[in-house]
Amino acid sequence: MVQIKMHLLVCGGTGCRASESAILVEQFNKHLQLNGLADEVKVVTTGCFGFCEKGPIVKVIPDNTFYTQVKPEDAEEIVKEHVLKGRKVARLLYEDPETLEHISDSKHMEFYQKQVRIALRNCGFIDPENIDEYIVRDGYAALGQVLASDPKETIELLKKSGLRGRGGAGFPTGLKWEIAAGNKADQKYVVCNADEGDPGAFMDRSILEGDPNSIIEAMAICGYCIGATKGLIYIRAEYPLAIRRLEIAIRQAREYGLLGKDILGSGFDFDIQLRLGAGAFVCGEETALISSMQGSRGEPTIKPPFPAQSGYMGKPTNVNNVETYANIPPIILKGWEWFNSIGSEKSKGTKVFALAGKINNVGLIEVPMGTTLREVIFEIGGGIKDGKRFKAVQTGGPSGGCLTEQHLDTPIDYEHLTAAGSMMGSGGMIVMDEDDCMVSVAKFYLDFTVEESCGKCAPCRIGNKRLHETLEQICHGKGTLEDLDYLENLGRVIKDTALCGLGQTSPNPVLSTMQYFKDEYRAHVVDKKCPAGQCKALKRYIIDPTKCIGCTLCARNCPTDAITGDKKVPHVIDQSKCIKCGACYEKCKFGAILIR
Amino acid sequence: MDKIKLTIDNKPVEVAKGTTILQAARQVGIKIPTLCYMNLEGMGVENRPGACRICVVEVEGRRNLAPSCATDCTEGMVVRTTTPKVLNARRTVMELILSNHPKDCLVCASNGDCELQDLAATLGIREIRMVENAAFSTYRKDYSFSLKRDMDKCIICRRCESMCNDVQTVGALGAINRGFTSVVATAFEQNLSDSPCVFCGQCVAVCPTAALTRTDDTGKVFKALADPTKTVIVQTAPAVRAALGEEFGLEPGTLVTGKMAAALRRLGFDKVFDTDFAADLTIMEEGSELLGRIGGFLNGDTSIKLPIFTSCCPAWINFFEQNYPDMLDQPSSAKSPQQMFGAIAKNYFAKKSGIKREDLVVVSVMPCIAKKYELTRNEFSSDGNRDVDISISTAELASMIKMANIDFMSLPDEDFDHPLGESTGAAVIFGTTGGVMEAAVRTAYEVFTGKTLERLEFKELRGFEGIRTASVDFNGTAINICIAHQLGNARKVMDGIRKGELSFHAVEVMACPGGCIGGAGQPYHKGNASILKARSQSLYREDAAKPLRKSHENPYILKLYEEFLGQPMSELAHHLLHTHYFDKHHKI
Repeated sequence: MVQIKMHLLVCGGTGCRASESAILVEQFNKHLQLNGLADEVKVVTTGCFGFCEKGPIVKVIPDNTFYTQVKPEDAEEIVKEHVLKGRKVARLLYEDPETLEHISDSKHMEFYQKQVRIALRNCGFIDPENIDEYIVRDGYAALGQVLASDPKETIELLKKSGLRGRGGAGFPTGLKWEIAAGNKADQKYVVCNADEGDPGAFMDRSILEGDPNSIIEAMAICGYCIGATKGLIYIRAEYPLAIRRLEIAIRQAREYGLLGKDILGSGFDFDIQLRLGAGAFVCGEETALISSMQGSRGEPTIKPPFPAQSGYMGKPTNVNNVETYANIPPIILKGWEWFNSIGSEKSKGTKVFALAGKINNVGLIEVPMGTTLREVIFEIGGGIKDGKRFKAVQTGGPSGGCLTEQHLDTPIDYEHLTAAGSMMGSGGMIVMDEDDCMVSVAKFYLDFTVEESCGKCAPCRIGNKRLHETLEQICHGKGTLEDLDYLENLGRVIKDTALCGLGQTSPNPVLSTMQYFKDEYRAHVVDKKCPAGQCKALKRYIIDPTKCIGCTLCARNCPTDAITGDKKVPHVIDQSKCIKCGACYEKCKFGAILIR
Repeated sequence: MDKIKLTIDNKPVEVAKGTTILQAARQVGIKIPTLCYMNLEGMGVENRPGACRICVVEVEGRRNLAPSCATDCTEGMVVRTTTPKVLNARRTVMELILSNHPKDCLVCASNGDCELQDLAATLGIREIRMVENAAFSTYRKDYSFSLKRDMDKCIICRRCESMCNDVQTVGALGAINRGFTSVVATAFEQNLSDSPCVFCGQCVAVCPTAALTRTDDTGKVFKALADPTKTVIVQTAPAVRAALGEEFGLEPGTLVTGKMAAALRRLGFDKVFDTDFAADLTIMEEGSELLGRIGGFLNGDTSIKLPIFTSCCPAWINFFEQNYPDMLDQPSSAKSPQQMFGAIAKNYFAKKSGIKREDLVVVSVMPCIAKKYELTRNEFSSDGNRDVDISISTAELASMIKMANIDFMSLPDEDFDHPLGESTGAAVIFGTTGGVMEAAVRTAYEVFTGKTLERLEFKELRGFEGIRTASVDFNGTAINICIAHQLGNARKVMDGIRKGELSFHAVEVMACPGGCIGGAGQPYHKGNASILKARSQSLYREDAAKPLRKSHENPYILKLYEEFLGQPMSELAHHLLHTHYFDKHHKI
């Protein structure tokens, strides 16, 4: 038997695949073959490493070399230099932005140093399409342990661990299970909510793509604890890779007897089916999700009854989010005390965030609850892109709020984020810099909620539309001070009256930006100016006569003939004709076009 | 029963567990406004989507406002229904709803009878703030013989959907689209006439605005009345007299039979007849058919299928043809009273009066809008001339009376004309659930047993439960009867019969809650069960006051058989008074 001496872990997450990591794998295999190394070196396609900014990522085991932005054509060099000769390819190593030193081992990178990976423990380490690799890393050991014990013990353990729902609301998971377990019925269901829909969020997707078995195991544990034999994963059809890997994992788990009848000889039956959603944000709300799974219109229903009382097909149903489930096997194996020791006072464990926006290290991170926004943005995230100034960070996606510089030392947990006017949400974190207009940011999120409202309740259906229209008007320079009062009142009423979580939180981006960036709103409506220079309608292009030499280039490129002037004489822009396309600005070689 | 104590606007309230804040508030005289909420109490009809958010209240300790229609009371709850926060929220939400609703109230079909309009007034809305050129959701309009859909006026209360899907189990209407463009529509936005719609009109009867309205045929009637070459006669269904008065401010359940006849005469109808006459005729035919079938069945004829189903209700017939095409030979072949009247008018009355068929215009006044569809069925025409030309609803008659400058309240009581205006008490109760069966039993008993029926009122057949069963003793033979109103209840009965779990001799089905008195042609009941009950009671009162209460004692009916038809179920009767059914199973 040939012993494998080296592993090349290639990220197979969606981002890296988009950057040709699948071709990279082929190239590695080809060059290993050509060099006669195919038997000794194994190429493994893993889930997301998290450091998406620098993808595709390749990690070499056992020396832990961490290569970034590896292209298919780099495969040959890595094989010939690193694999054959043991010489690291320096140009592909991560370069510390401050010291400019090459860092070979990811554990020395600031991006990873502050992270604690529980939910993402296997992402980037194992081949998600091979159940054996999961099992080797203690996979299904927790299930085995649970099946040999009283379900009540497991529920008690979860309660003591302090785990709370990672979908956003933060309901204690153990308590949720206990309620579902306490409701008697001939059939109960375990549902995994994988309808991740926040713009820019890809936490659940990465877990499912990188470690699908952890979800299957946790759902089986839940089934045993609450007395359910059927599990359903509601996943959006836009996640084809996650779906494929789940299907493979479910099939393999069935083959190994980890799903199906009499699991591990315990007499417990449990199986899982997938339900594909059509990508409606509101279906992340559990009653809407259940409604959609039943084949009905995906819209929320009034609670009570809660799903734990009457859920899927009217039966008691436990709905948890992907990340919540991913936390469960380690808690069982390592004990509640371990989990409870991580995190802040009321929020235990870790939270996965999808870091995006104007930040250097875009990617997927997992940090202990209580880590501050500053640590996440400036240490893990590597600060703001292009040396610009930090302006705001939006947490909780379209339901969350924008927090400012004054909040940077806020510990990230359910309580503190809510107190600051935002929320934990499912883990989207979008960073904005000085070039971002906060009115436009609010409008962007409203655009999303208007699109994603199910239309059931009047405040959300009509109110969000009206909020959006008012913001649109402000961005077009047609806003008034009364509009600001209107926005504020309407936003509060929608929060107070909407039927479900989507509507109750949809005005948050408007209300929080109005709270923290009131001056910017006033600038739009009073001075008719966009301080960030982002609102096109509020831009004015003018020509500096001291710089203009009358070359006529701008006039010739103006699509609306708004620029006039004789040759060699400074030109003028007719504001009534200008459509603010910026063509003159782009063309001028003398810096004579100014934006006001 | 567990009792819960709470306070609402500082008033202590004690309620049973499971009571909502809305119900509890009503107990102490606090009327929280509602819009989407609807509850036909005692009939299992509820619409409680929690969608409009008008009924919100403040509950101490709760983060947001609570929809009172959907929030159960809890012990010690402190509720406030009129705080500035609540009033502002209610008004703001109302303003939002109005911002996406047409402002053509003055010319709207529901002008003066619109819950949205009333609520806007109650809440004192004086302006609708929104940006210039704010979006407005508009949809294609859809017209059918019976009803009109103008979804620009839809406020998505979902009442129609509850009626169509949960109550009637027809499933023609459901919400489509998302967000701002959400609307209630047919699947694939088909026309209603291509959808499984059975035209029961219960969606119309509960619509708070004018998104769903009856088709207006009053213009056609005015035109016919003004045409000197036409003889225009009218028939009025039993349920009409029990509800017409409501349009003139009378209490529900006030009978206005005499004033109605007077008004019709003043409108210019040449003859004012009564569908009740045809109802008596229906009993003669349907009763004979029932007895024939039961007799054959009891004699061991295996080709006879029971139960027999009543066939008076056109929405039920549509529902039946779509859903139970395997049982097409089971409904009574007797035409509905409207169509029997038409056939007799055009073939008997016309000849007798020396009027050419095409010069006789038969107008019906019905509590029903499916009747507008029924008269268009091909089976009910002769050489392109319909037996019934125009059907208007109770509400349309009221509007005609108003337009014709008739002071309804000062009219004297007048009688119907002869010969097609005479009827018995049995015919009158056709208008309420169970009435057809009770009328049939009164006649069938006497024919079957040859004895005089002592007890005329069959209380066991009366009431408002959705499905009622009774066994009537026909001199030692037990006749098992089932009565269902609302099509969802009919479906339960039909499915039970189809599976062989239920067996009856005869089944009466009426599509609307309470029978015809709850029809969509009546002043809209909008989900108020007490109105329906009052109307029903008035019909039983009229029955009790009639000198003749059995259909086979109607002298004009006897004369009709003597002069024209011969016997019930004769060949001519078969030709004129009976029909057949079609497989209309909806294929998608």
